[in-house]
Amino acid sequence: MSSVANSLSASSKPRWWEFVLWALLLCLPALMPTHALLISEITIIALFAMSLDLVLGYSGIVSLGHAAFFGMGAYSAALFAKHIHPDPLLGLAVATAVSAVLGAVCSLGILRGSDLTRLMVTLGVALILQELANKLDFITGGADGLQGVIMGPVLGRFAFDLVGQTAAWYALCVTLVVFMLLRSVVHSPFGFSLKTIRDNPLRAQAIGIPVHSRLIAAYTLSAALAGLAGALQAQSSGFASLDVFGFDRSADVLLMLVIGGTGWLWGGIIGAVVFKVLHSLIAAWTPQYWTFWLGLFLVLLMLVGRERLIRPWTWGHRA
Amino acid sequence: MRSETVLSCEGLLKRFGGITATDNVSLKLQRGARHALIGPNGAGKTTLINLLTGVLEPTAGSICLQGENINHLAAHQRVRRGLVRTFQISQLFEGLTPLQTLAVAVTQHLGTGATWWKALGHDALVSQRCEQLLAQFHLTEVMDQVTSELAYGKRRLLEMAIALACEPTVLLLDEPVAGVPAGEREELLKTVAALPADVSVLLIEHDMDLVFSFAQRMTVLVNGAVLTEGTPSEMAADARVREVYLGHGDKHG
Repeated sequence: MSSVANSLSASSKPRWWEFVLWALLLCLPALMPTHALLISEITIIALFAMSLDLVLGYSGIVSLGHAAFFGMGAYSAALFAKHIHPDPLLGLAVATAVSAVLGAVCSLGILRGSDLTRLMVTLGVALILQELANKLDFITGGADGLQGVIMGPVLGRFAFDLVGQTAAWYALCVTLVVFMLLRSVVHSPFGFSLKTIRDNPLRAQAIGIPVHSRLIAAYTLSAALAGLAGALQAQSSGFASLDVFGFDRSADVLLMLVIGGTGWLWGGIIGAVVFKVLHSLIAAWTPQYWTFWLGLFLVLLMLVGRERLIRPWTWGHRA
Repeated sequence: MRSETVLSCEGLLKRFGGITATDNVSLKLQRGARHALIGPNGAGKTTLINLLTGVLEPTAGSICLQGENINHLAAHQRVRRGLVRTFQISQLFEGLTPLQTLAVAVTQHLGTGATWWKALGHDALVSQRCEQLLAQFHLTEVMDQVTSELAYGKRRLLEMAIALACEPTVLLLDEPVAGVPAGEREELLKTVAALPADVSVLLIEHDMDLVFSFAQRMTVLVNGAVLTEGTPSEMAADARVREVYLGHGDKHG
């Protein structure tokens, strides 16, 4: 194999520490059984962050309304389980498909315009959906949320339990599958064509890349995965409420990517873990002012830079 | 080599509000042509390139590629039919390496650009072609550096390598050596001279040495319109050309 071929395929090969980390993550529910609920919550939000990374980090599309798809997935899964069939995997598939359709339709709104336009369009879509879910209370339960969702057991064997063991395994396994899928996508010619569009859409077009159809595909896939995360949440909690569409959720997931770094899939996972663990720790210490400390952390992160912040031994050196 | 016309435009017109940037331009490029497009700054050379490649839509006129009208084709579709350009100001993918950049362009050209289940380097044909391009454009030693950190001369080489990765039948070179420092210039001039013979090249350049050594035919553009067309020696002898352009050549050269 030539050095060119080696260089080209080098980045697509998984590193040893990725296997170690995933093995560790998959053992977490057994290692920390009392924290199973937190584990599944973090896993779901990490999956959601990964879906945003595909458009933000790899395609350069900023979004302040990614909760639109998360919420769509959550309500679809809850409604499907309640009215049609309680099987979780079937529900996941349906919710993902519904979110993908919504994503494909919404992608038309992000093709034109600058970052600011995209921020407003994505934000607007999430707000519209939230208000729709509020007003269509005969379907969604309105402000009370959609209650009485009874989930069947996963694969017909593993029933959801109260301490969240099953939910944690379930979320981790689905997230691992998505991680592997995305890993393959971002290292493929398709994934690289997204990066060329992110870096320079004018040139991407000038080497024959159909910019619009690539962005539609990326946005649709991202929406589908965000919907998948939403569906996982609805299924493991047996509940869907208006806050799944909330602006907070879109903003939080953006913050997680800022913390963990965009454009590499681990950014969403690391960001979600750091964000949620910080949240739990600070909230336990000073419940009312936790956003103050989170804000301070973000300001420091931006001013000092991620690279330096995780290397305390370089703090004495000149930048 | 047959002397067939590969690229032509007829009565091409582009107005921006009240300004006519391209004024009734007609042009023909034979297969394997070495054609230079010159004219003072603001003559509409880059606008003409943008019209030909589909970045801008003409107000009137037609563009034909290998006898087929391509007015309705989007920019990326024209690239797939072999009409490829470079940019006056390098338009690169700053976050990728030169190797990755070329590999994307090559997969795109091979029609596997939408593949999502296999890694970029999976196809041996892609790495072979990249290896060849890297060597041809003296980029092998920097192939794994991030593009944003490349020296200016290497960036200009990559700019051209990307275009060649698309295997053009017609190549539009927009000031390939503009701003390149003297030390890196020679390498670039050689690669321009060594472009494949069957590729038709339309060269926009202010550097008269390059234009006169490279071009078999020249078109002089002034205020968006064609002033005259002919061989380099005819152009050099033309009083009007000397008046509008060559007389002031020092200023641009």
